[in-house]
Amino acid sequence: LLQWATLRIERGAKEKNHPLYKPYVNGIIAKEPTSLEEEIKEIRRSGSGKALDTPEFELSDIFYFCRKGIETIMDDEVTKRFSAEELESWNLLSRTNYNFQYISLRLTVLWGLGVLIRYCFLLPLRIALAFTGISLLVTGTTVVGYLPNGRCKEFLSKHVHLMCYRICVRALTAIITYHDRENRPRNGGICVANHTSPIDVIILASDGYYAMVGQIHGGLMGVIQRAMVKACPHVWFERSEVKDRHLVAKRLTEHVQDKSKLPILIFPEGTCINNTSVMMFKKGSFEIGATVYPVAIKYDPQFGDAFWNSSKYGMVTYLLRMMTSWAIVCSVWYLPPMTRQPEEDAVQFANRVKSAIARQGGLVDLLWDGGLKREKVKDTFKEEQQKLYSKMIVGNHEDRSRS
Amino acid sequence: AVSHSQITRLYSRFTSLDKGENGTLSREDFQRIPELAINPLGDRIINAFFPEGEDQVNFRGFMRTLAHFRPIEDNEKSKDQNGPEPLNSRSNKLHFAFRLYDLDKDDKISRDELLQVLRMMVGVNISDEQLGSIADRTIQEADQDGDSAISFAEFVKVLEKVDVEQKMSIRFLH
Repeated sequence: LLQWATLRIERGAKEKNHPLYKPYVNGIIAKEPTSLEEEIKEIRRSGSGKALDTPEFELSDIFYFCRKGIETIMDDEVTKRFSAEELESWNLLSRTNYNFQYISLRLTVLWGLGVLIRYCFLLPLRIALAFTGISLLVTGTTVVGYLPNGRCKEFLSKHVHLMCYRICVRALTAIITYHDRENRPRNGGICVANHTSPIDVIILASDGYYAMVGQIHGGLMGVIQRAMVKACPHVWFERSEVKDRHLVAKRLTEHVQDKSKLPILIFPEGTCINNTSVMMFKKGSFEIGATVYPVAIKYDPQFGDAFWNSSKYGMVTYLLRMMTSWAIVCSVWYLPPMTRQPEEDAVQFANRVKSAIARQGGLVDLLWDGGLKREKVKDTFKEEQQKLYSKMIVGNHEDRSRS
Repeated sequence: AVSHSQITRLYSRFTSLDKGENGTLSREDFQRIPELAINPLGDRIINAFFPEGEDQVNFRGFMRTLAHFRPIEDNEKSKDQNGPEPLNSRSNKLHFAFRLYDLDKDDKISRDELLQVLRMMVGVNISDEQLGSIADRTIQEADQDGDSAISFAEFVKVLEKVDVEQKMSIRFLH
């Protein structure tokens, strides 16, 4: 049905000679995956017959930096990760339609029908379910909290949590396919996953019993958090404590060392990314020394894009957008557990886990920090480039320090 | 000519960079691109988009600067020689690079200007003396009229064998 809608748009556009916007998911320009060194040598090679092994400066070196710079202006790897992915074919939601033109009556009617169904039928249903799920979670965990600690409490707590998360899953009409469930995280471990939206939590927690980690919020979120921790030990931090990395590491370590406690759920990217790539994993969770259970989550944006663009939409707007999409379709892969090898440090371990997740989910593996959504890039990267280039014009053995 | 879909794509790119949503880009909008911010010549390249003394560039200006990097198609080589030279001609591509060196726009690359660009490209990794001797050597090799500076004609001569067409061109995938 959706393919048809797209074809119809294309045909209509051609008929009226309207310019058609086609999203290209693989980038718009041809970029060569060569290094600084190779590229500059190439330029020099074409320019002169001189020996290429001697380091020296050529006026043509500037072409490399110039072209690279212009390429990144036309299309870069990072900024596009912070906005929703563009779809190849239209899914009858006006939010993903870039053409915004009246194409045909049939299409408009179909779209109108879609709006009716989504807003008047699906939305109220979903809101009712969400309301039920959340209130059950709060009351259920509070009630269970009154029981004395023991097997009974644990059993009930687990089932209250699972049931409420499953109701929430229905509230979003999330169609989830779990793969390799035998690798599900166990007690004393840390579950890490790529982060696209707060819904990730609901998706994972409806299939497993986790200890959550996070900052205590005010409002409804805070009420839920405070209730949950009565039934079983989650790790909530005050806002002030979040800055203290040692405190955070200490509490997490204490938690994982207690084998009776649940596996922790952490999203090491630290922020929501648009599910086309996995960005840098913060090393904190990988320093603790526990077994890491990687999980890859890949959403299919065809029926509804789950990415939360927090600079554009607040939480409530975002949830409403989710509940007025067709459905949230995703796949979850539980990857085999990984532990830090003796010869690798926390950063290398984090990168290894990240690559495994990216590979499984079919996502681009990036070294860039998700924090670049809001912050400027560190100067060290520029300094690396400058160092590399310096080697090309004076070589390794020369005096390098600025006098 | 640039195809319609390419223009649409670049317009979409322009608007996504335009955080202020006012139809123009400022220098900050460019600096927000991490891969450009780490380019040692990033600021010089950004400057190339802004006409003299201005702080905003509109889409037309954006396209005009990018047009220098269109590949030179074969059919264009046989075009009318009397018309205005296309922005992506070999000469204009070289001029673009020349202007990255020639900060004061006096059509000469002086020793100081060359040193400035070199310093941007190498950071703190090379001493002043060494950089100075590199600059001197480069000017000596290129300078033909003995004014201790590199004019555009001398620049072109030094780079006459370099495959400028390919190295200063960006291909669209579609």
